[in-house]
Amino acid sequence: MRNIVRHRLFWPALALATLITVNSAARPQFLRVTMRDGELYGALIDILRNSAPLMLVALGMTIVIATRGIDLSVGAVMAVSGAVALTIIDGSSDPNGVGTVLIAVVTAIAVAMVLGVWNGLLVSVFGIQPIIATLVLMLAGRGAALLVTDGFITTVNSEPFAFIASGYLTVLPFAFFISVAAIASIAIVERRTALGMLTEAVGINPEASRLAGVRSRGIIWGAYVLSAVLAGIAGIIYASNIKAADANAAGLLIELYAILAVVLGGTSLQGGTFSLAGTVLGVLIIQTLNSTILFMGIPSAQSPVFFAVVVVVVVVIQSQKVRSWIRALGASGRNRRSAATTEVAS
Amino acid sequence: MTAAVTTTKDGTAASTAGRAGTFMARRSALLPALAAVIILALLFAGAELFLRGDFITPRNLSALLLDNAYLLVLAVGMTFVILTSGIDLSVGSVMAFTGILGARLLAEGLPPAIAIPAMLIGGAAIGLVIGLLVQVFSVQPFIASLAGLFLARGLAFVVSLSSIKVEDSATLWLQTTRLRLGDWYITPTGIIALLAVAVAAFVLHYTRFGRTIYAVGGQEQSARLMGLNVARAKVMAYVISGFCGGLAGLILTAYSGAGYPRNGIGTELDAIAAVVIGGTLLSGGRGYVLGSMVGVFVYGTIKTIITFMGAEQSWMQIIVGTLLLVFIVIQRVIVARSGQKSP
Repeated sequence: MRNIVRHRLFWPALALATLITVNSAARPQFLRVTMRDGELYGALIDILRNSAPLMLVALGMTIVIATRGIDLSVGAVMAVSGAVALTIIDGSSDPNGVGTVLIAVVTAIAVAMVLGVWNGLLVSVFGIQPIIATLVLMLAGRGAALLVTDGFITTVNSEPFAFIASGYLTVLPFAFFISVAAIASIAIVERRTALGMLTEAVGINPEASRLAGVRSRGIIWGAYVLSAVLAGIAGIIYASNIKAADANAAGLLIELYAILAVVLGGTSLQGGTFSLAGTVLGVLIIQTLNSTILFMGIPSAQSPVFFAVVVVVVVVIQSQKVRSWIRALGASGRNRRSAATTEVAS
Repeated sequence: MTAAVTTTKDGTAASTAGRAGTFMARRSALLPALAAVIILALLFAGAELFLRGDFITPRNLSALLLDNAYLLVLAVGMTFVILTSGIDLSVGSVMAFTGILGARLLAEGLPPAIAIPAMLIGGAAIGLVIGLLVQVFSVQPFIASLAGLFLARGLAFVVSLSSIKVEDSATLWLQTTRLRLGDWYITPTGIIALLAVAVAAFVLHYTRFGRTIYAVGGQEQSARLMGLNVARAKVMAYVISGFCGGLAGLILTAYSGAGYPRNGIGTELDAIAAVVIGGTLLSGGRGYVLGSMVGVFVYGTIKTIITFMGAEQSWMQIIVGTLLLVFIVIQRVIVARSGQKSP
């Protein structure tokens, strides 16, 4: 029992379970999943589908944070990639062709990748603080996206493009498969090879890992490229969902929600040890909380108040001060010897 | 400026650097601020040439202060926070929250004597929450102020989902009164902004509290060992920033004649950019509030030039982003250099 409580995924999992329980008690239709034309529908399916962009961005953010960094530019990268993709489709003679959409998607991801290379260059080669280095692109990126679309909201009618966000592959939404693919491939690369360990080493002590022969520059650079590529894909999903490239609204504040998801999942912002499963839980908590707030009839514009409370509670619980208070409370209740054992156990 | 230099000396004296090292550090702190002044001069000269003498007119320069008064006040508060090597992401949202709060209170028929203090206290209260999270619970400033951003933005929408027009004559007086001197004019909002700069410069350079702020950003551990009240200085920096957010909310409400909960999305980044362009180092401990004022004017001038040229406003974001990058690289070089001089 103790080990379960101590597990670092315990609290996020408990939070998600509580949210789902409260929801299903308050509205029985929450858990109901219906089958229509061989496709599944329901509140839970919606959560899985709508969480795809945040899931991708948060996964990239997890790796960046593990290297002691942060990537504020993800929202701007989303805007750029959506703008690039839609401008290509809009300008082509055959917007409904699968080939056109494929070219648009690949070009958009390539542009996002270039932006990631730029971020990584500033952080790993020039040694600029990650917050500031990515702030540059966060400011300039949206402007660039507006230039790509000429300041308009480009809209397109393209069947294959719309499929990315709203289509179904067999019984589940296609967007859900994109997030699963991203989770699986990152988990395999980070956890089945030494890369994950090296990433954590760089985050825990950059200097020591450099002396131990870890090529920290490449690892940090790669993290920003990965984050930008995932943000690029997220931007395409977002654009596909609204069938438009809105450079001002695409991915607005998503960097903050992604950071929140990572923190909720138990990854420390100090870098080092990271948990992909925790981030996945974090994203699902945010999406479920969003759905709950909407269900409660609270205007979605007011939802930040709830997230602020969540952030404050989470960071205060995680802080050393509160932990030492709790430890002191626990220790005063027992005799000295057993207190010493807890100290060792923790 | 001489006073500013002595302050820097006090700050860096903590790291037992040699005399030469201190001298270099003193000079290097001034360099980025001077660079900002030069850029502002170049912008003015360029615009004047390009627009055939239509740019540097009393009307334009007066409008520059008037249009950017809210940003100036935000940048003043942000300077305090960045000097302690923190960051405050909440200011744009705090401005929106206090703005709509004030507009709502006035619309309910309360006198400005209640509504305006309520705005200022509301801003300071959010700053206090952030400061306590940072100091007592050792939350990273980035995350603590992120919580403040969410809180203030959400509260703004709780107060009202749509914009509220301000009919109160005392509030509108702040904007509509124009004290004229020939073609020059200044509004009470502009005076408030300049006063904020003056008070901040005085506090930072001539008071014990101001020197503590510099010392905390220079080397927090040393400041604590010297017996300075680090905790109070850090919390107060966020309270000041929140208070300035409230003041900016008042100015913006008077300026636009309405409160709007969507105001100021992304303004925190403009404020940070202005402070950094004005030569305050993000690593803390070095910088001047007057530099931040120059930074705001650089920002405002670019905006005016873009409007004059009839170019896309999206260039604004690209140019400010590029400028930010240039200044960060300058800072990087300075820090690397002074690091070598005083190891």
